[in-house]
Amino acid sequence: MNRLKTVICGVEFKNPVIAASGSYGFGREYNEFYPISEIGGISCKGTTLEPRDGNAPPRVAETPCGMLNAVGLQNPGVRHFVEKEVPWIKEQGTVCIANIAGNAVEDYAEAAAVVNDSAVDMVELNVSCPNVKHGGMQFGTTCAALSEVVCAVRKNLAKPLIVKLSPNVTDITELARAAADSGADALSLINTLLGMRIDIRTRRPVLRNNMGGFSGNAVFPVAVRMVWQVKNAVNIPVIGMGGITDYKQAVEMMMAGADAIQVGTANFTDPFAMPKIINGLQRYCEDNGIGNIGEIVGTVRAW
Amino acid sequence: MKYCQEDARIVSKNKITSDVFDFVISCSQSAALAQPGQFVNILADGFTLRRPISICEIGQGTLRLVMQVRGDGTARIAEKNVGDRLDIVAPLGHGFEIDRSKRAVLVGGGIGAPPLLELSKRFDACTAILGFRSADAMILQNDFEKNCETVITTDDGSAGICGFVTQPLEEMLRSGRADVVLSCGPTPMLRNVAGLCKKYGTPCQVSMEQRMACGVGACLVCACKTKSGMRHVCKNGPVFDAAEVKWDEQA
Ligand SMILES: Cc1cc2nc3c(=O)[nH]c(=O)nc-3n(C[C@H](O)[C@H](O)[C@H](O)COP(=O)(O)OP(=O)(O)OC[C@H]3O[C@@H](n4cnc5c(N)ncnc54)[C@H](O)[C@@H]3O)c2cc1C
Ligand SMILES: Cc1cc2nc3c(=O)[nH]c(=O)nc-3n(C[C@H](O)[C@H](O)[C@H](O)COP(=O)(O)O)c2cc1C
Ligand code: FES
Repeated sequence: MNRLKTVICGVEFKNPVIAASGSYGFGREYNEFYPISEIGGISCKGTTLEPRDGNAPPRVAETPCGMLNAVGLQNPGVRHFVEKEVPWIKEQGTVCIANIAGNAVEDYAEAAAVVNDSAVDMVELNVSCPNVKHGGMQFGTTCAALSEVVCAVRKNLAKPLIVKLSPNVTDITELARAAADSGADALSLINTLLGMRIDIRTRRPVLRNNMGGFSGNAVFPVAVRMVWQVKNAVNIPVIGMGGITDYKQAVEMMMAGADAIQVGTANFTDPFAMPKIINGLQRYCEDNGIGNIGEIVGTVRAW
Repeated sequence: MKYCQEDARIVSKNKITSDVFDFVISCSQSAALAQPGQFVNILADGFTLRRPISICEIGQGTLRLVMQVRGDGTARIAEKNVGDRLDIVAPLGHGFEIDRSKRAVLVGGGIGAPPLLELSKRFDACTAILGFRSADAMILQNDFEKNCETVITTDDGSAGICGFVTQPLEEMLRSGRADVVLSCGPTPMLRNVAGLCKKYGTPCQVSMEQRMACGVGACLVCACKTKSGMRHVCKNGPVFDAAEVKWDEQA
């Protein structure tokens, strides 16, 4: 019995544990620790129409139980991604999700057209990157801008479309509904929270970019809350992420309403975090007589 | 599988200056694969990000690490004692290129000296030039002297030559006694070493530092601008050809 098999928008995952965009590159490095065919899928590093160098370093700062990053969407461009990375990922045998970002609506739409003609299984629209001046967060924080970019991408994309939501908003359910109404097939959340650290010795921000995206275990309760709110606001699949480090938190996120989960920062602390979460979920199902992990999705008994 | 994660046992621990600790850890898988210039990524209990520490010496199933306490993470690691375990990911990065027959000059500044020690055994003829703030910050002098000719400089003249490593280095370069320079230390020192090597047309390899997250090349946080584009200290480095590094864009 395959207790972890999960289907989202018609795409079959061996298990509901997906690598979060930006934490896992294109999978090549983690394949040197374990075969990446073991994980459910990879949301690849955010890609843009043209290659980008990203921000000046330092690009990372540690925070209590978490971290800030300001990579700034460094990537080799969507064409390189489609030609050089996608075929390799598909050969390994795991679900390949393209993560697309851009400066302008046209960039998103054009990049979507490029991945539409590739072996990519799904597309995740990053409208929530806080790390570049025009990195998409402006598209993910107002309903009108979000609808415009989702509609434009939808026109060029036949593959399943996931819209990745920003937590840096007042009411995430409004954005979730706007994305669903504009043609999103699924939603993923949360991207990083906007944060900042200062070196008190130099009075300089630790990050060269001043601000950065806050992720890791510290953000987990925020992510659980938002996934729960969004699940109750829309009728499409939800992929939950933000601070998940072990199988118990994966279960908690799924009970809040996530059909699948993504793991980012935990890979840095423990390169085997994902295989451990997968094994933990398998045992959890066996021990609790759960035939398929999907049975627990959204089962929180809210007061 | 190129990378290992191991629970390395601490075999010995010595405090060698007021804030520098000398560890030998038992980690057979990593030790079997390790090359000079590579590093290990150590998890300090309770922290999210691992701390990169260079491999100082490679033994039979063991690695020697020399670590300075700089902030909270290294302070936590320094609390560990003989018999305790260190969660490491290793061996990481691209190390030094070694051609035994070349006359090598190893230039180390402060806590940049340790990764050069393993190198000092791997050349038929080499000289180490090690610079420290003062005599009480001096580390590994005896270890280097066992393997090669060793020149010490201190900023305050309390040991060796008073001044910077670049003075004895320039003499060696000028008199044609160096085929290759291998260096590790603070970025301003590396910039000067690279500049001198360029002036005398001597090939130079430098070990760079940058803040890291994954340590393996996946997250792209440890960027280093080079003439052939953006590179990453944890995977393409930490050792780079000094002529490739864009020095005016290093902090
Ligand atoms: C390839 C490489 C090899 C190194 N080898 C050695 C060695 O052999 N011996 C040694 O004593 N030190 C070495 N360092 C430096 C060492 O990694 C830092 O001193 C250490 O990470 C500081 O951690 P902290 O928690 O004490 O300091 P904090 O300042 O509290 O650290 C905060 C964050 O910044 C990072 N950070 C701070 N300083 C540095 C730095 N100089 N380089 C990289 N990241 C930094 C930390 O890893 C952490 O993520 C090396 C660094 C690199 C990149
Ligand atoms: C170093 C780093 C780079 C990231 N890059 C991207 C990116 O390119 N695209 C994206 O949609 N999210 C990116 N993210 C956000 C993560 O995919 C994820 O949403 C967030 O980190 C929360 O999950 P976590 O706490 O498990 O890391 C990045 C996160 C980190 C830490
Ligand atoms: S630390 Fe992740 S790429 Fe270097």
